[in-house]
Amino acid sequence: MEDLRRRLDGVSWVDLFLWGLRIVIILLIAVGAFNTLTSGKYTITTWISLSISGLAQGSIYALIALGYTLVYGILLMINFAHGEVFMSGAFTTVFIANYFNQTGFLNTYPLLAILILMVIAALVSMSVAVLLERIAYRPLRGAPRLVPLITAIGASFFLQYSFRGFYGSGFQTYPTVTALSGTFTVGKVTIPVVQVVVFFAAIALMSGLYWLVERTKMGKSMRAVSEDKEVAALMGIDINRVIVFTFAIGGLLAGAAGVINGLYRPQGVYFFMGFIPGIKAFTSAVLGGIGSVPGAMLGGLFLGVIESIGPNLVLEGLGIDGANQLKDAIAFTMLVLVLIFRPQGILGERLSEKKA
Amino acid sequence: MKRIALLLLAALLFTLALSACSGGDELVCEDAIGCVTVAPDEPITIAYMLTISGATAFLGEDSRGGIQIAIDDRGGKLLDHDINLKGEDSGCSAEGGQTAAQKLAADTQIVGIIGSSCSSEATAGLPIISEAGMLMISPSNTAPALTDKEGTWHPGYYRTAHNDLFQGRVAADYAYNELGARTAATIHDGSPYADGLQGVFANRFKELGGTITFQGAVNVGDTDMRPILTNVGADSPDVLYFPIFEPEGNFIAAQSKEVAGLENTILFGADGLLSESFPSGTGPAAVGMYLSGPYVEGDAYQQLLAKWDAKFGGPPPSGFHAHAYDATNILLDAIEKVALKGDDGTLLIPRQALRDAVTATAGFRGVTGTLACNETGDCATGEALGIYRITDAEVSGGNWPPEAVWTP
Repeated sequence: MEDLRRRLDGVSWVDLFLWGLRIVIILLIAVGAFNTLTSGKYTITTWISLSISGLAQGSIYALIALGYTLVYGILLMINFAHGEVFMSGAFTTVFIANYFNQTGFLNTYPLLAILILMVIAALVSMSVAVLLERIAYRPLRGAPRLVPLITAIGASFFLQYSFRGFYGSGFQTYPTVTALSGTFTVGKVTIPVVQVVVFFAAIALMSGLYWLVERTKMGKSMRAVSEDKEVAALMGIDINRVIVFTFAIGGLLAGAAGVINGLYRPQGVYFFMGFIPGIKAFTSAVLGGIGSVPGAMLGGLFLGVIESIGPNLVLEGLGIDGANQLKDAIAFTMLVLVLIFRPQGILGERLSEKKA
Repeated sequence: MKRIALLLLAALLFTLALSACSGGDELVCEDAIGCVTVAPDEPITIAYMLTISGATAFLGEDSRGGIQIAIDDRGGKLLDHDINLKGEDSGCSAEGGQTAAQKLAADTQIVGIIGSSCSSEATAGLPIISEAGMLMISPSNTAPALTDKEGTWHPGYYRTAHNDLFQGRVAADYAYNELGARTAATIHDGSPYADGLQGVFANRFKELGGTITFQGAVNVGDTDMRPILTNVGADSPDVLYFPIFEPEGNFIAAQSKEVAGLENTILFGADGLLSESFPSGTGPAAVGMYLSGPYVEGDAYQQLLAKWDAKFGGPPPSGFHAHAYDATNILLDAIEKVALKGDDGTLLIPRQALRDAVTATAGFRGVTGTLACNETGDCATGEALGIYRITDAEVSGGNWPPEAVWTP
């Protein structure tokens, strides 16, 4: 009895409110999902094919999210211009991709052509990311944390409108690669080939990054700098080199993601295309635990799937009009939910006072 | 006391001197809402209020090009004065429209405005423009409420774009009568334009005896349309009507081929998608799709395209450059008609008379057809609409515009 009272004394109104919120959200999700599933409007194959397209979309989010998480891990800053780093590679490469398509190179040697495109996009995005660090962020390294954040937003506008100046405001489209345009059937589910290719290409890139961070000397330096910059410097690590390298790797992944995104969603390549994926990728990074590499990967895939099945599964069951317009609401509610249960994100570590 | 009398005398003398300088009784503004005075060596200022940044920049740049060509066609001069084109970005949003309108209204030298691009901008900005005594002619607002006295209409508003009451109706008529569709689903993007248009379509379709199976919406900026298409596909409607913009429209069209239940559904869009980049951007999925839109044809339009190519290179980015061209010409013609000219070249442009002159526009032979403005500012008759069918020639052959398969 005494024990129970002591425990209740420690519970504040905020805690109670948060518990109430958790229960309400979970109930809403359960009721919505139950209603939809019992209405029988969709079959199990519908859900599977939605999940697969969600995974493909999520793997693109994950690739971009890695750029956010790597930079945050090292500099503790949110590089809000990262969506534009993604755009710069995708937007530049679309013209080369169309040239390859015209000459027939793309469909004669699809694998080689896509690899070349990815390398070009990665190089462009990497240069943009490195220049961004050199010009916009390095001079502000010692400034309060809000300053580089605002600078990042400014840099983001600068990049958007510079690229609009370079290539115009019209919409460009990636060519369709015939080798990837078919479908195959597993059981009753028809899966577009391109979704599988996109997913595994992204997984391959992420594995490469994981290997780089965990197994190489440079990766070790990155982890050391992220742990403690001053001590790492005392151990003889060139901090600036590590930071530039981190931005370069983030840019490389974002550029490759630009081409992968072009294979998956060929339409709508224009100067503003980086904004929404940037926000979604940032959300993924926070979902997974910002600063954590596997967290960003998991967060991206999770967000992709939730966005894909969430509106039809939950909102429609609750009888909400315009369920698909609230797709983003689902994504951000998930973010809130995860942060209530695990403030550090799915795979994030609790930050010590000093780092936070 | 003596001092005050002296002061009064001085003021009187000063006023007399001023009126003597300004040329006496020659140019007097007798207009109910004021005049714009243009000094002999000063330019006549007109302005645009268009979306020239952000995701819809293509729409504003398209219209701005039309305005510039119309000014070039007159050698940049009107009544021996240079034409000065100013502009504000209104960003295709209500807030953007309001800010831009406030900035423009503050400049009393502006005679008239070509804009806005999006109906949402006009809804917010029009009261301010109207209050300032200016007039605006929109090349691309199509929301019905803007020219409805019960709606958001204000004096001084005109448009060369067609009213969506016509467009939604034409689309529904074609889908029901010509395509034989009996079930339809609609998708909009939350904008007044798309929401209004799908509403007109749905009502007309039901009136004809059809069934609407689904009315949903996506967000501007969405790329993954499979969830909503899965929803639409559950009922396999005969027609899917999505009067939205690029790039969301491209995504819907392209991804509809990946979703079960939509194999036999006819895709139907509106003028927001009637741009050269849409078919080639969407790819094979666009073949067989129908679009409603302005039916602009003839030599005058070909000449306009040639001028565009010479000035900017390539084709215009969207479908309202001709409307902007016509809007500019209506404005400049009206200025020419009402401006009073002094001996020294000073111009006096009365604002109410200018509005009246635009309202009186009739039988105007524009690029977009013969225009006649009514008292709430609808200058397009709505008959200059067509239904286009996209074929392989547009998707991979670079042909534009597609052939109109039907005109009401």
